[in-house]
Amino acid sequence: MNTILPIVGGLLLVLGAAFLFLGGLGLVRMPDVFNRIQAGTKATTLGTLLSLAGFACLQPDWALKLFLIGLFVLFTNPLSSQVLARAAHRSGSSMSALTSIDALAKDRNEPSGEPL
Amino acid sequence: MNSRTVTPANSSPTSNFITHFITLLLFWVLLNGSLANDVLIVGAVVAFIIAFFFRGNLAWFSELRLTPKALFTTVAYILYYIKELVKSNINVASIVISPDLPLNPGIVKVRTKLKTAMGRMLLVNSITLTPGTLTVEMDGEWLYIHWVSVDSPDIEAATAGIVGGFERYLEVMYG
Repeated sequence: MNTILPIVGGLLLVLGAAFLFLGGLGLVRMPDVFNRIQAGTKATTLGTLLSLAGFACLQPDWALKLFLIGLFVLFTNPLSSQVLARAAHRSGSSMSALTSIDALAKDRNEPSGEPL
Repeated sequence: MNSRTVTPANSSPTSNFITHFITLLLFWVLLNGSLANDVLIVGAVVAFIIAFFFRGNLAWFSELRLTPKALFTTVAYILYYIKELVKSNINVASIVISPDLPLNPGIVKVRTKLKTAMGRMLLVNSITLTPGTLTVEMDGEWLYIHWVSVDSPDIEAATAGIVGGFERYLEVMYG
């Protein structure tokens, strides 16, 4: 048991770091603010949770507090990204040319992507 | 924002106060990791004050149905949620690393059947936490969701694809 746990913890940390890296890469590659929020704030959720699980395997004494941190991440992460997206849309942040449909702008009778 | 269109919680301020007090005190004890007298007293005083001031506003557990079926569904919901989280993370990650960036983004409109504020909050947060879908705006039962790869701009199809899976569980939990 004492030999397996550090290995599992290390693997979880590597996996978490990989997802965090992909989230960062998404920030650079994605074309507009909404797609960046998709990649940058949420691909990191799984990365953070996996990292926390990895730390919990390496330091079992911290497991309870790490679990609480994970819980707070799960509660605050969607809230912040949703408010960011809403603010971006309300302030008329331009959308990528790839965007196929904007039902929200249509319902508000705005020309899609134009500032208010 | 949406709360005025939602039926008010049928919970009294007293029961709200008690659930808040217990939740806050539990978090305090877990964060401190100790049951010493001074820690407990400080936590109890602070939890009492916060719970007292917010007794009328927040309905935390009060809208949750406490039947065995609802508790069982809660566990099933968490498992389903973890599955979706992993699946969609891999999906978005594969979009990010593929050289031609296969995006088809758009904001689609979907409708929820959930009536309670707590159920809607959980639904919207679940959708937002799942990479690939992001709730931009909410107006009553209508949700506007930014979707990385729009399969169908049709309301019914998008509702089934994004909302349907989570809603099946939340309907039992919150109605």
